[in-house]
Amino acid sequence: MAKGKVLFDIESCKGCELCIKACPQGSITLSQDINKQGYHYAVLIKDNCTGCTNCALVCPEAVIRVYRETKKKKVPLATISNISQDITVTIDDRGR
Amino acid sequence: MGEVRLMKGNEALAEAGIRAGCRAYFGYPITPQSEVLEYLTTYARERGMIVLQAESEVAAINMIYGGAGAGARVMTTSSSPGISLMQEGLSYIAAAELPCLVVNVNRGGPGLGTIQPSQGDYFQATKGGGHGDYNLIVLAPSSVQEMADFVFDAFDLADRYRNPAMILADGALGQMMEKVEFHEYDPADHVPAKPWATTGKPPTRERNVITSLHIEPERMEEINRRLQQKYREIEQREVRYEEVLTEDAEILVVAYGLVARIAQKAVELARAEGIRAGLLRPITLWPFPRRVLRTLADRVEAVLDVEMNAGQMVEDVRLSVDGRVPVSFYGRMGGIIPSPEEVLERLRTTIKQDVPKKAEAY
Amino acid sequence: MAENEVLENVLTAEEEERLECVYVRPDTLTDTRFHYCPGCGHSVAHRVIMEVIEELGIQDKTIGVAPVGCSVFAYHYMNIDMQEAAHGRAAAVATAVKRILPERYVFTYQGDGDLAAIGTAETIHACNRGENLLIVFINNAIYGMTGGQMAPTTLLGMKTSTSPAGRTVETAGFPLKITEMVAMLPGTYYVTRQSVHTPNAVRQLHKALKKSFEYQKEGKGTCFVEIVSNCPSGWKMTPLEANEWIVEHMFPLFPPGDIKVPDQKR
Repeated sequence: MAKGKVLFDIESCKGCELCIKACPQGSITLSQDINKQGYHYAVLIKDNCTGCTNCALVCPEAVIRVYRETKKKKVPLATISNISQDITVTIDDRGR
Repeated sequence: MGEVRLMKGNEALAEAGIRAGCRAYFGYPITPQSEVLEYLTTYARERGMIVLQAESEVAAINMIYGGAGAGARVMTTSSSPGISLMQEGLSYIAAAELPCLVVNVNRGGPGLGTIQPSQGDYFQATKGGGHGDYNLIVLAPSSVQEMADFVFDAFDLADRYRNPAMILADGALGQMMEKVEFHEYDPADHVPAKPWATTGKPPTRERNVITSLHIEPERMEEINRRLQQKYREIEQREVRYEEVLTEDAEILVVAYGLVARIAQKAVELARAEGIRAGLLRPITLWPFPRRVLRTLADRVEAVLDVEMNAGQMVEDVRLSVDGRVPVSFYGRMGGIIPSPEEVLERLRTTIKQDVPKKAEAY
Repeated sequence: MAENEVLENVLTAEEEERLECVYVRPDTLTDTRFHYCPGCGHSVAHRVIMEVIEELGIQDKTIGVAPVGCSVFAYHYMNIDMQEAAHGRAAAVATAVKRILPERYVFTYQGDGDLAAIGTAETIHACNRGENLLIVFINNAIYGMTGGQMAPTTLLGMKTSTSPAGRTVETAGFPLKITEMVAMLPGTYYVTRQSVHTPNAVRQLHKALKKSFEYQKEGKGTCFVEIVSNCPSGWKMTPLEANEWIVEHMFPLFPPGDIKVPDQKR
């Protein structure tokens, strides 16, 4: 299990490749597909992300969200019940 | 009765600025108006005003832009070459709809010119000066009292319309000493709220942006329409002028500022000779008093425009008179102030050439 | 090499449980997408400034002054009160804003033409007066917005649209080291040169900007942060090539690091 993960806002990516260079794990590459702006966008190809945030720090478009293993527990904030399933909303210490 | 003092025109301007609640003055020395900066650096700081000698008029007008954008009453003063440097800034200020007061103590030009008084900046003040379709509200004092009074008026007009206002004075008015009475004026009663100013965006509102850049042509046209609508409104409501002996006048003299006082004396001398002369003194040079001039043009036989330049306001006079009666021009350049006798002589000549039948009667 | 399978761009339920978000785009940026070219340093610089403003909690107390240049539209992206200055005049505009609102944080954001060509006088005099401002200087040695002309900081031999055979001393003089010049003025309190071409550079810039805003509270003078940046379009390179070019060619003349740090006795 990877210690971290990154998510990309695909439609905002301009395919500049700076994240690819910045990633110490070599986990990022450009997609074969293009987004609505016509750019090949960044995608994660290896499940070895450490959540170091290097990619996000150099990203000009701020398209990257970085996640990392948490040592703290998440606090349940609320449980929403609907017809098909219960959903639990949690909040971490950053308020996210 | 308010406080009465004997002051130089430049000092009256400065003192009025303090009393009108001017929060900041950014200026640069240039003859014949450096006394304004000096007076303010000496007396205004202890009364709460920020007074900064900028590194140039270019810097000064941009400080005015920044200060006005931050919601403060701000003013600057300069003279012809310095006002030329401020033109880009004035276009930006007008376009961004920021209120401020700029005073031009007009000296002889063009170029570095002379330090003597002149009215050679009328075009610059009323026809733009800077690029694009905009107008300054322009007030022309003709006494030291008006040098003071118009500061209050100009600030109020600038705030009312969110537009830069200019006081177009001249070197003689700046230097001469006369009695000035300062009336009661509480800025708190006059300065409006400025929710559009850049004071720091709280969570309760969107960010305020002061800008004049609108790249989409449709948007730029809309901005221009709004500005033009504002200018039409100002033209409707803010025209000011003074009429002297115009009720039965047969020959009308038109003059502004210092020259209006000289022209008024000439008109009095003319009346003593039996010439039915009268004077129209525009006080707002923009908006120009077109309507009253057209009305008077229907009643008089000839118009004589007197200025200290090569003929600038006379073009607006001709446009307003619209061909009804002949319009003549008398001007001195180079900083020379005409005498009442010169103007009277020109008046007599005008009558001979434009109203020959009357000339015989006189 | 085996073809790598693209991972799903979403968190699994297991990941949701185990992972926490450690980096996200700052809320102090608006939702508007940057118009800057792919890989442009402006975008990174904007982001880092707004991250610092978010971190310090000063969004409601900060006023920025935008320049003329590629970043003329900075106010579309920075969710704070802003003024658009005439070309070169940001330091004068900011001087007035700060003097009238001394409790606010005021910064300018300027390119090499804005700050070191047409704005040289305003820049030097604001620094000389020690105005309590942060001046952010984006130096990419070229005029991007107007199509890639020579800038005061263009390197000798560097080709631009107005130095097509490469800049020569005879015609255009030397690249102007304005940052070193303002560091000589007693009015500047903190002068540093940073960049955004690597993750570590971004981290250093973040620290430098955070310090600058904190110093502004002390009211001891001007903080001047130069950011050596790229212009992939003007330099006619890919973003990756451009960032390498910064290291090979820009840094020898414009070396990163602190040029002047606060004198604690002041």
